[in-house]
Amino acid sequence: MGEPAIVSLQDIAVSFDGEIVLKDFNLSIGDGEFVTLLGPSGCGKTTTLRIIGGFVRPDSGNVFFNGKKINELPPHKREVNTIFQKYALFPHLNVYDNVAFGMRIHKKSESEVRATVHEMLGMVNLGRFEHRNVNLLSGGQQQRVAIARALANNPKVLLLDEPFGALDLKLRKDMQVELKKIQKQTGITFLFVTHDQEEALSMSDTVVVMDKGAIQQIGTPQDIYNEPKNAFVAEFIGESNILDGIMREDFLVEFAGRNFRCVDKGFTHNEPVDVVIRPEDIDIVPPDENHLTGVVTDTNFKGVYFEIIVDVQGFKWMIQTTDYEKVGAKIGLAIQPDEIHIMHKSEYSGSFGDYSSFSDEMDPDALPKEKEDV
Amino acid sequence: MKAKSASFPYLVWMAVFIIVPTALVVIFAFTDRSGKFTLMNLEEVGQYSNVFLRSIWLGAIATAVCLILGYPLAYLIAKTRARQQNVLILLVMLPMWMNFLLRTYAWMTLLEDSGLINRALEGLGLPAMHMINTQGAVVLGMVYNYIPYMILPLYSILTKIDGSVIEAAEDLGANARTVFFRVTMPMSMPGIISGVTMVFVPAVSTFIISKMLGGGGNLLVGDLIDMQFLGSAYNPNLGSAISLVLMVLILICMGIMNQFDENGAMEGGVMV
Repeated sequence: MGEPAIVSLQDIAVSFDGEIVLKDFNLSIGDGEFVTLLGPSGCGKTTTLRIIGGFVRPDSGNVFFNGKKINELPPHKREVNTIFQKYALFPHLNVYDNVAFGMRIHKKSESEVRATVHEMLGMVNLGRFEHRNVNLLSGGQQQRVAIARALANNPKVLLLDEPFGALDLKLRKDMQVELKKIQKQTGITFLFVTHDQEEALSMSDTVVVMDKGAIQQIGTPQDIYNEPKNAFVAEFIGESNILDGIMREDFLVEFAGRNFRCVDKGFTHNEPVDVVIRPEDIDIVPPDENHLTGVVTDTNFKGVYFEIIVDVQGFKWMIQTTDYEKVGAKIGLAIQPDEIHIMHKSEYSGSFGDYSSFSDEMDPDALPKEKEDV
Repeated sequence: MKAKSASFPYLVWMAVFIIVPTALVVIFAFTDRSGKFTLMNLEEVGQYSNVFLRSIWLGAIATAVCLILGYPLAYLIAKTRARQQNVLILLVMLPMWMNFLLRTYAWMTLLEDSGLINRALEGLGLPAMHMINTQGAVVLGMVYNYIPYMILPLYSILTKIDGSVIEAAEDLGANARTVFFRVTMPMSMPGIISGVTMVFVPAVSTFIISKMLGGGGNLLVGDLIDMQFLGSAYNPNLGSAISLVLMVLILICMGIMNQFDENGAMEGGVMV
């Protein structure tokens, strides 16, 4: 985030009816960036957006826009525009009048309005729909109108609240590409909210992973995926095998009863750590003394790859591979040093990362085990 | 097929209680006492044009007052919390649980020259006011009796307006005033139309209110029709002719009104 911050949030705290929604929240968004707030529902990401839009007033903390404090500024005076989850088009206006709404309020001349509306509708490929009743448009078309309507106001920052949540997968992918293109074309700062990690990774310059009202990690999509800070981030962004480990020394970690070479350093001697290994980073080799060995308990065909669950001394690993392995097969797991990622222990340690609960109806061992627990 | 057979009883109901009576009104209007075709009745209606004008005028005033008073109230109710909304709507409807005649009688005793209001004024040393048997009293009676029919459709459409649409307008730069005039009000148009219809139609054709609060001097169309069927002037043919003309006039008024609803197809509107 080298650019000067256009929006920054400082020590924000919000609670609704005594329930904490955001706490100690600090975020600064560079001009022209595509920033995504990513997290499960209830993590406070929409509230963050609404604070910037002016619809939620934080209990404490400050909101800055271009260096100016805007805590008290009502929504209609802020130079940001929002794209709402449910589009929120004006049902009594047609497509043209919807897009023209903001400009007419700002007392632009009708000729200017017409030129801009044409330009915006052209950009979202709705040129022929000007006089259409918005209630008769499909979800994707309505979303395009919402985008055109927000952009017509020429905002400095565009806030997008899960804009593709209601669209089907194919359409969502198309819209993602289109939106990214629009962002590049206009150079407007986008703050995008989603719970879809794939969407976040493919569109953003910067991803902000949130949970329980706090930022878990900020970074580029690659950073977030390759160097997750804690078990929550590792689990939320893609699939992860997360094991308890002990950092024996720099570049040497012990987990699953063995020592492994790794590329991480800077941990204290014998520090307990979380070890992350992505399912696609594990190679299957013939079982031998030099590798972790386990028994395949489940194999799922996923199209491009197989998803294999392997029981290694009671811990269930997930492996994504193009090689087919039969259930019951004994296999070895080869892991390269640079595919091991070490994280400090956090409040999330131990809550994710084992695939024992993964489709346990297919696992003959899981059922009696569960009965013992009850 | 199923829907068709299920609608059969309603079709019969409509035929027996709507189409047949309307047809009878038309037949009566165009015949004389011996049953022969005539245009006399309709010609005679012309004599009462001042009564028609007065009815429409007072009905329109009452409707306008209902709208001006009812809209802010409906808006405020729609803005309160769900639980309070129910209580407030109950309060709006409460007077409707009481008999219409009784309510109007109550106003008589309030408005009389020696009624409660004047006695209260006297007590305060203020001059008495003549209120009963005036057009104002008639309008007051109409507003009092029909305002719930304005508030309810307005309330129901205002609660249906999605909060995010309002936020979208604010987001695009609209202040509270602009939001109201550019978004809230146009979106509540169907409610306004149905409220206006539900107040205007009964207000124009009322007879009991004008009789009780307006005295003899403020005769309305309703009173005129009443007199032709039940009163001294017994003449059902003329009464039917007046009814027919009134019906046509109301249809014209509503037709003009509906022009204000640009998206005529929107939900909540009552087509007349």
